[in-house]
Amino acid sequence: MKRAFPILAVLTGVLLSYALYEALVGAPTEQTMGDVQRIFYYHVPSALTAFILFFINLFASLIYLVRRNNKADIVALVAAEVGVVFCTVNLVTGSIWARPVWGIWWTWDLRLTLTLVLWLIYVSYLVLRRFSSSGQTPLLAAVLSVFGALDVPLVYFSIWFFRTQHPQPVIGGGGSIDPRMLHVLLINWLAFSCFAALVCWSRYRLEVLQREVDETLALEALLEPRTSQPRTSRTGSDG
Amino acid sequence: MSTIAGLTRATLAKDLRLEWRSKDAINSMLFFSLLVVVIFSFSFDPTAEESRRIAGGLVWVAFLFAAVVALNQTWAREVRNQVLDAYRVSPAPPNALFLAKVVGNFIFVSVLQALMTPLFIVFYNLRALGPVYQLPIVAALGTWALVVNGTFFAAMSLRTRSREIMLPLLLFPISIPALLAMVEATGAILTGEFSAKFWIVLLAAYDVVFTIASLFLFGFVLQAE
Repeated sequence: MKRAFPILAVLTGVLLSYALYEALVGAPTEQTMGDVQRIFYYHVPSALTAFILFFINLFASLIYLVRRNNKADIVALVAAEVGVVFCTVNLVTGSIWARPVWGIWWTWDLRLTLTLVLWLIYVSYLVLRRFSSSGQTPLLAAVLSVFGALDVPLVYFSIWFFRTQHPQPVIGGGGSIDPRMLHVLLINWLAFSCFAALVCWSRYRLEVLQREVDETLALEALLEPRTSQPRTSRTGSDG
Repeated sequence: MSTIAGLTRATLAKDLRLEWRSKDAINSMLFFSLLVVVIFSFSFDPTAEESRRIAGGLVWVAFLFAAVVALNQTWAREVRNQVLDAYRVSPAPPNALFLAKVVGNFIFVSVLQALMTPLFIVFYNLRALGPVYQLPIVAALGTWALVVNGTFFAAMSLRTRSREIMLPLLLFPISIPALLAMVEATGAILTGEFSAKFWIVLLAAYDVVFTIASLFLFGFVLQAE
């Protein structure tokens, strides 16, 4: 397994550079938007990757709730972290794209708002993980992940109705896409997915090591309370 | 079933009696939302026409913040003398405790709303142009939505550092659809420009989904160790 890591890394590097070349040079220029439209090849793949990672997070959380499997918990954590990063990329590139094309940085459109709320939910998930004391973190996080998943359809319907009541400039929905563009999009998505998998993998290994270190430190602290206690009390009186 | 009902009633009666004698939660909530009303009134200084449009947002933001004050105190009393640990080792079903806390908070926030509504009407010159009978329905459904998730997340944040900050950070993102529904429904009723039916249905759906989810998952949270 470990030998596959550098292979995946090289593959990701090649794919990313090829996808970048295709996005900037290979893909045809869009008729009305011009070269600005090329941000599309980063905007959409990052969104798709983020949503897949959030799905993985929910799935791993459910497995943790049923089986109490530590590996599932690490997968959930890693997927949420990397997912938030890709979701941020999506929101930022979307904003950069919206400014020249629509003339505004942000609008409370259905998809934008849904992505933002999803981002907020997963940031609160990460905050919970950071703030809770170690033993209960996985369980509480898994519960919150389930709540977040239940929330998504409700958010969808509420914003859908909100927007149909207050009409806004409709955003390039529908319409067909040039097959050449679709091809570049899919290559970029593949490259982004490989990149996400690579980051998740190394983050996973890091987290496993971190937990081993924490466990060892906790065991050591348990094993030598008698020798360490007088020493600390002496330094305390010195200070 | 009867044990759940009995336990719920016992815990609820205890909480209500404690609150009746101390009036901690209701007093802090009342003063807090009074401050919010006054500050908003200063900072926007709306005309009657404007205030009808923004009142839904103002009212619910005030109630949301006030509810967080009460929700943060929900479990504090049980933690102080290890009541929660005793509850955990007893054979009593966790959901009875949870339901009692939710109903208790629901009553506190409803009392707060009943007391604050006249003040809102006075300060903002409110007069509803839509069907007024829908307002209590929106209030009840909206309060339940805030309180059921709030009580759940308050129990979750018991297990975290700096729990008072943690509760709103967990509660607000999940509550976004419910808040949107409450604000829009109230606005619809006050202005009378469009129907609040969809939002009421959405609130009801939100309540059903999260009540069931909380009842399923509360056992996990209580036993978390």
